[in-house]
Amino acid sequence: MSDKIKVTIDGIPVEVEPRTSILNAARQIGGDIVPPAMCYYSKLEGSGGKCRTCLVKVSKGSEKDPRPMPKLVASCRTTVMDGMEVQNITSPEVIEARKGVVEMLLINHPLDCPICDQAGECHLQDLSYEHGAATTRYEFDRRTFDRVDIGDKIQLHMNRCILCYRCVFTADQITNNRVHGVLGRGDHAEISTYIEKAIDNDFSGNVIDVCPVGALTDKTFRFKNRVWFTKPVEAHRDCPTCSGKVTLWYKGEEVLRVTARKDVYGEVEDFICNTCRFDKKSTNDWVIEGPRQVSRQSVINANHYDTLQPLPVIKKNPELMQANKEQFERATKF
Amino acid sequence: MGRKLLLEHINVPGINTFQVYKEKGGYRAVEKALKTMSSDDVVEEVKKSGLRGRGGAGFPTGMKWSFLAKPEGVPRYLVCNADESEPGTFKDRYLMTHIPHALIEGMIVGSYALGANTSYIYVRGEMMPQIRILEKAIAEAKAAGYLGKNILGSGYDLEIYVQPGGGAYICGEETALLESLEGKRGNPRIKPPFPAIAGLYGCPTVVNNVESIAATVPIVNEGGEEYAKIGIGRSTGTKLISASGNINKPGVYEIELGLSVEDFIYSDEYCGGIANGKRLKAVVAGGSSVPILPANLILNLANGDKRLMSYESLSEGGFATGTMLGSGGFVVLDEDQCIVRNTWNFSRFYHHESCGQCSPCREGTGWMEKVLHRLEYGHGKMSDIDLLVDVSKKIEGNTICPLGDAAAWPVASAIRHFRDEFEWHVKEPKLALERNYGLAHYADPIKIAEEV
Repeated sequence: MSDKIKVTIDGIPVEVEPRTSILNAARQIGGDIVPPAMCYYSKLEGSGGKCRTCLVKVSKGSEKDPRPMPKLVASCRTTVMDGMEVQNITSPEVIEARKGVVEMLLINHPLDCPICDQAGECHLQDLSYEHGAATTRYEFDRRTFDRVDIGDKIQLHMNRCILCYRCVFTADQITNNRVHGVLGRGDHAEISTYIEKAIDNDFSGNVIDVCPVGALTDKTFRFKNRVWFTKPVEAHRDCPTCSGKVTLWYKGEEVLRVTARKDVYGEVEDFICNTCRFDKKSTNDWVIEGPRQVSRQSVINANHYDTLQPLPVIKKNPELMQANKEQFERATKF
Repeated sequence: MGRKLLLEHINVPGINTFQVYKEKGGYRAVEKALKTMSSDDVVEEVKKSGLRGRGGAGFPTGMKWSFLAKPEGVPRYLVCNADESEPGTFKDRYLMTHIPHALIEGMIVGSYALGANTSYIYVRGEMMPQIRILEKAIAEAKAAGYLGKNILGSGYDLEIYVQPGGGAYICGEETALLESLEGKRGNPRIKPPFPAIAGLYGCPTVVNNVESIAATVPIVNEGGEEYAKIGIGRSTGTKLISASGNINKPGVYEIELGLSVEDFIYSDEYCGGIANGKRLKAVVAGGSSVPILPANLILNLANGDKRLMSYESLSEGGFATGTMLGSGGFVVLDEDQCIVRNTWNFSRFYHHESCGQCSPCREGTGWMEKVLHRLEYGHGKMSDIDLLVDVSKKIEGNTICPLGDAAAWPVASAIRHFRDEFEWHVKEPKLALERNYGLAHYADPIKIAEEV
């Protein structure tokens, strides 16, 4: 494959297809050099670029034009060029900017993790754990909204929303009619349906899976349990409308909820239909494949807190090892 | 007396009608371009003229035009950005109200140069009278054969449409404007691709400010080289300045770039000095989004030379001691004005106008506004000042579009130059509600750093 192009991210070279984004190139390397992404979703066309958590520094534009890019760029929407050199965790500027973005995302977030169903699998929670400050500098009232039921199975908790637009893209691209969208502007923008219309179609439940925070939650699972007390099991069924490949979340004998199979970046493998998600909550409906592998860092694998230290990386990379060392020192302070 | 190119006939009665405009030499540029020049010649003339975008960024118009992709069988568009909503800027509205045909003529010349057969003028929704004026002007031009099919027998077809916007500041950002023109929510697009490659309906598009488009008329009439003789250095030609604030004669003035700021404020030809015999305290030189400068720095450069009204001279010294020409919204503040209140007011505007798409701007603009409100109304803390600087730094450069920068710069610059006024608001909250800080030392001559 001679048409592959070479990029270097935090000193690690990788060869990728042309027109790959920096974020996806980083995901091909994997590990902790992958920028976090709150709004980008590889399966949704047009997503990304909004949350600004994936900002990276391009220290060398390309082989032809080696000038660095003047500003930090959103890695999810910037395509790689041959010979590009990118700095993510090795650039203090990027770390600082990301800290700023996380702070901005949190100033209007209720931080009600103890009563939020998303806790334990929330990307904002992970992000704040990694980059957030211990206290807030925001001393004003946070914006608040009433909770809204959109349809009988989904609840919208707008206070927690970070306006990533993922659910809007999902409704546009997975279902055939979108009845919700972003209304209003600036910090009073909100996800809403027009005149309290219910979201009602076969694939509407997927907005729950794509939501990076606890703004859209499954009403059938609401307050039933914490995710880290449930056991994820892979299963499938012969479904006429979708692929039928799901993860069942067990507590004891009982299936508490059904979700699509999410990868390490929280992205689903296949979108599933509402019948599978909401109506088939009995072991008899499913063919069990085996336990779901969950990242060892995840709190869903409870009591594995020793993996707090960074993942092992390629030894030949002194820059990254230095960054890891610093991160390890920071992490061990807790 | 500076040369007037755009506003030469502004005082002629009936100049807003086709008849009078034509008598005064209007539509010569269309005839010259369509009959004697190829479209590449027009682009070349504009390039030679050194005309820079008048909307704020100052990007060379000729360069922008030459970047336009020209794939076969795909339409190209010229879109005029008349969504002028920056606080302090009102030159485009003035031009469109009084000489609408200058814009129409420029649109014809520009569209011909770019090979566009359909062009749009996106006008801010609040400017309903101007929309009617433009539509009337288009109808007149069409009746006279300057628009429509086979213009002046040259075989070139052009239709111009006026599109009212919804009145959002963000739709003045070119990609948000295109989204809005397509009928979508006015969120800026993520660049690349730039509009020159994929703009309106995915086709190559050029978006230009009203004044830039109108300025192509004298360029075609007199030739690019002739136009480039006016002005100073890389700031060529004339510029419309919307002067407002505490001056004797507020209004829209056409200046030759390179005029000194002092002359502009104090000469009778332009602003006519500060109103009511007060003293100058500060100037916002290019519309609300550019850094504010105290009196001593706006009149003189850091090395003691006079500051000139040009792209380069105004930005001399970077953001430490300089500002930007921006869109030419020249707001003059006298000694009775409160910088904190002014900054809060600008900040309130950006809070209201942020589109809410990307997080630093959505959350940060509101945060800054709230902190500034607290400072202005006497509940501030000393740490708030550093907090504002920090928040503005975290917005600046990290957003999709320049609105984030535009929101951050006025706050950061006000604190940079007027920090003691902010501190006074914290220390003397009661006094700050009763009276203003006054001129203080802001007009004192600056100490010139000695060369080592």
